[in-house]
Amino acid sequence: MEILLALMIGVLYAGGIYMMLRRSLVKLIIGIILIGNGANLLIFLLGRITKGSPPIIPGDANVLTEAFADPVPQALILTAIVISFGLQSFAIVLVKRAHTVVKTDDLDEMNATDEDS
Amino acid sequence: MLTAILTGFLFSVFLVFAGRFFKGKLSILASLIPLGLFVYFFQFVNRIANGEVITRSYEWVPSFGVNLVFKLDGLSLLFTLMITGIGFLVFAYTSSYLKGHKYLDRFYGYLAAFMGAMLGLVLSDNMISLFTFWELTSISSFFLIGFKNTSRPSRKSAMMALGITGIGGLLLLAASLLFNNITGTYSISEMLSMSEAIKGNQYYWLGVVLIFGAAFTKSAQFPFHFWLPGAMKAPTPVSTYLHSATMVKAGIYLLMRFTPVLGGEDIWNTTLIIVGGITMLYSAVHTVFRTDLKGILAYSTISALGILVFLIGLGTEEAYVAAAVFIIVHALYKATLFLVTGIIDHQAHTRDVTKLAGLNKVMLPVGIAAILAAISSGGIPPSIGFVGKELIYDATSHSELVVILLITAIVLTKIFLLYAGFVAGIKPFTGKLPEGISEARMPNFVMWAPPLLLGTLGILFGLMPFLVEGPIVKPLVAALGENPEEIHLRLWHGFNMVLVLSAITIGVGTALYFILKPSYKLESAIGKLEFISPESILKKFMAGFKWASSYWTRFFQNGYLRNYVSMIILFTVLMVGYVMLGKTRFVIDYNSLTKLTISEIIVALVLIAGVCYTIFTRSRLAAVVAMGVIGWSICLIFVFYSAPDLAMTQFSIDTLTVILFVLVLYKLPKYLNLSDVKIRIRDGILSAIFGIIIAALALQVLAEPVNNEIGNYYADNAYLEAHGKNVVNVILVDFRGADTMIEISVLSIAAIGVFGLMKLRLKMSDRNRYQDK
Amino acid sequence: MMRTTIILKTASNYLLPVLLLFSIFILLRGHYLPGGGFVGGLIASIAFILHSFANGLHKTKELLVLHPGYLIPLGLAISFLSGLAPVVLYDLPFMTGLWSHDSVAILGHIGSALFFDMGVYLVVYGVTLTIIFTISESA
Repeated sequence: MEILLALMIGVLYAGGIYMMLRRSLVKLIIGIILIGNGANLLIFLLGRITKGSPPIIPGDANVLTEAFADPVPQALILTAIVISFGLQSFAIVLVKRAHTVVKTDDLDEMNATDEDS
Repeated sequence: MLTAILTGFLFSVFLVFAGRFFKGKLSILASLIPLGLFVYFFQFVNRIANGEVITRSYEWVPSFGVNLVFKLDGLSLLFTLMITGIGFLVFAYTSSYLKGHKYLDRFYGYLAAFMGAMLGLVLSDNMISLFTFWELTSISSFFLIGFKNTSRPSRKSAMMALGITGIGGLLLLAASLLFNNITGTYSISEMLSMSEAIKGNQYYWLGVVLIFGAAFTKSAQFPFHFWLPGAMKAPTPVSTYLHSATMVKAGIYLLMRFTPVLGGEDIWNTTLIIVGGITMLYSAVHTVFRTDLKGILAYSTISALGILVFLIGLGTEEAYVAAAVFIIVHALYKATLFLVTGIIDHQAHTRDVTKLAGLNKVMLPVGIAAILAAISSGGIPPSIGFVGKELIYDATSHSELVVILLITAIVLTKIFLLYAGFVAGIKPFTGKLPEGISEARMPNFVMWAPPLLLGTLGILFGLMPFLVEGPIVKPLVAALGENPEEIHLRLWHGFNMVLVLSAITIGVGTALYFILKPSYKLESAIGKLEFISPESILKKFMAGFKWASSYWTRFFQNGYLRNYVSMIILFTVLMVGYVMLGKTRFVIDYNSLTKLTISEIIVALVLIAGVCYTIFTRSRLAAVVAMGVIGWSICLIFVFYSAPDLAMTQFSIDTLTVILFVLVLYKLPKYLNLSDVKIRIRDGILSAIFGIIIAALALQVLAEPVNNEIGNYYADNAYLEAHGKNVVNVILVDFRGADTMIEISVLSIAAIGVFGLMKLRLKMSDRNRYQDK
Repeated sequence: MMRTTIILKTASNYLLPVLLLFSIFILLRGHYLPGGGFVGGLIASIAFILHSFANGLHKTKELLVLHPGYLIPLGLAISFLSGLAPVVLYDLPFMTGLWSHDSVAILGHIGSALFFDMGVYLVVYGVTLTIIFTISESA
């Protein structure tokens, strides 16, 4: 499964980078989201994956004794997911705003600041 | 002593706040600061003359051996007196010269900072602090040269001066590090005792070259001399203070300071004689071809600096005495001539020497000062200049090298310098007052008093050379490592060869002054040779460098986002790929891997298909849906591998993202398919390689042993300390609560940003601007 | 406005309270079982978004009375104060957990962490709804 996960991460990264290299703003955002997902999975994989034993202490015990999934990467990813939502929504709105102001979706036409143009 | 050095800096900081009080009539009060410092340093004269050396040390970075050690000996004393004394006169003079100037406070600030830096430079006994102050003088000089910051030549000259002297400063830093490597100390006094070790070291030559580089750039030696004439764009008080009396002598100071450490070897002496000789003769001849008073003075200053370097190169006690006297001579007459030039410029509004004459009719005291200075400059008795010149000739004639050649060079130099001094000091004040400048009036007292004082001192010291001999010259020569007991300065040396040479100098020089009149013809004649001068070569080099760097920058910083991204990715791919291919073995332990199940394979396939679909579809809506599918696949993976919290969060967020996209997407234009096939294939290959590298990296990391210490700690203490059983949640709200706090703050900021971007309307003016396009 | 089916319209009216209750349930049980402020807040906002899709944004806003944006500073303040409480009350370091001695049904021990999580819940809820509402209003 690890190999398969690594493959998935690779595909997510490759797809994300490819989308970032396009000229369309929307594709740029999609690319960022894909890479974000890839990064989450990467952290998840590198924290070692464990099947069927979430880091939750059973009702009658006080400590986790058996093998359990590492909670630290999970906490990291959880915050990352929520933060990336904030980032995405901001990026989307920024694109929309840019689009209404400069009336283009083409990144190549946005490479000049107000002063130059 | 630290206070004395810092006063200048403190005053300039003070001016930032209180500057406006110093713009008006109060500005002359600023001169009290250098005056006070002059008095402070003057009280040491007796103690230094008795052979004392005053040291103060303050710890700065003791762990690196960098301390603020200040040492006042004979050499430093002369410089501190010059810096503060001439500083006082210049500060006073400026109050009238730049009266009512908008930025007078700023000017004083720069001047005061420069003074502090210069004092620090000549007092530092630690090479790192020496370097620091050295660079500070360059920087303050930059501001002063570029003081008329609205004029383009001014800015260019300032840049050039900073560039040249700044490079010199870096060489000085390199020299510091080199010597530190050899001796294990930054202290110059300690290096003094290790002189033999340094000379014996195989990198001795490199140290010498570095010190030379620093000194020659600062003191405008050939071929780095050209920044100094350019620096004359500065207001005249600056030229007086920095570019003739003090800063340019910093290089001389450095050479003198290191003479006892590095001197005595052939490479040291010969180089100095050659460079000094070329500089003094080259720029002395150049003075003939100038018509701008300040240009003439600039070249004669370079020439004088050349003489000093030449004398240090001779390396005999006589030469050091001559150098010490000549520093005084030059400071006195050159400062006078500069101040006089400033007055002429201020009152008659021209510095063109061909147009100037007869000014003594309107400003007699200035004329007297100028003529006194010209006499001293020409080495005519009874001025101190004469004493200095005799000493120089004497020292040269006792040289062990090619005496005839050196004597010829120095005599020629002196002849031209006499000519330059006469042109600058006598010509404007004799003859008939021409029509063009007849409206020139007598200047203010604070303007004519300083040059007159300096000019008179030049004669006074000549008549009574013992005034400078005991307190100044002897301690200075002692600081250079010689025994100065037998020095005796006199006006009259008796009939000998030196006197004959003096007579020739004065005679030929005076004749030259009457025969050769400065004219535009000569100036344009030398202009034709401009293209082979070091200055124009450097300019061409700089232009080429600028072109190359802008080409280079445009290539990378071309404003296209995807080029930046692909550059970064390409670079990462190359570097990481190189390491991975070359250095690591690729091992996967198949036994340690988790078993595959059919459901996982399906999820993985769905995810990969989703990514492909997102990339290749032409419909935005389809891409968004495919992204949703990707998110849900990830969600399932979290479910499979014991992360229920993640699965829940991922699921909700994914839903929200899709909603968000759908809401906005309708308002955006259709997908653009702008790239052609070639570019897409190129990008595809690049991103595929990047994906492979990431995947390989992940597998590589998995082969390393894992450290679960932190996770175990949290798991063990989650219930016992934080009364929670969901360890992930406990980490978020308790163990790492502060992080979460910050995270929700970031989220809030994002929300505010979104709200602001969408709700705020464009201002009317902005809207019009965009409609125009 | 989007055309919506009567079924969705009716269902969303009933779904809203159920989802809200569920989100609070998720929030409260977070300390012991999967859940917590983040997920709870997201579910609550999804409940309202669903409602707005079915009934129109202005109806949802009427229902809410207060713009969800106001909950952001409120949530931040609750979280911050729950971290500050040990400092003020017991002179302990910032963010030290405080706990009641007796356990309450369902919730278990009540502590400052619970309040912190409630703050997170409110912030996430406020942020999400602010973003979505802003965008759907201006889009």
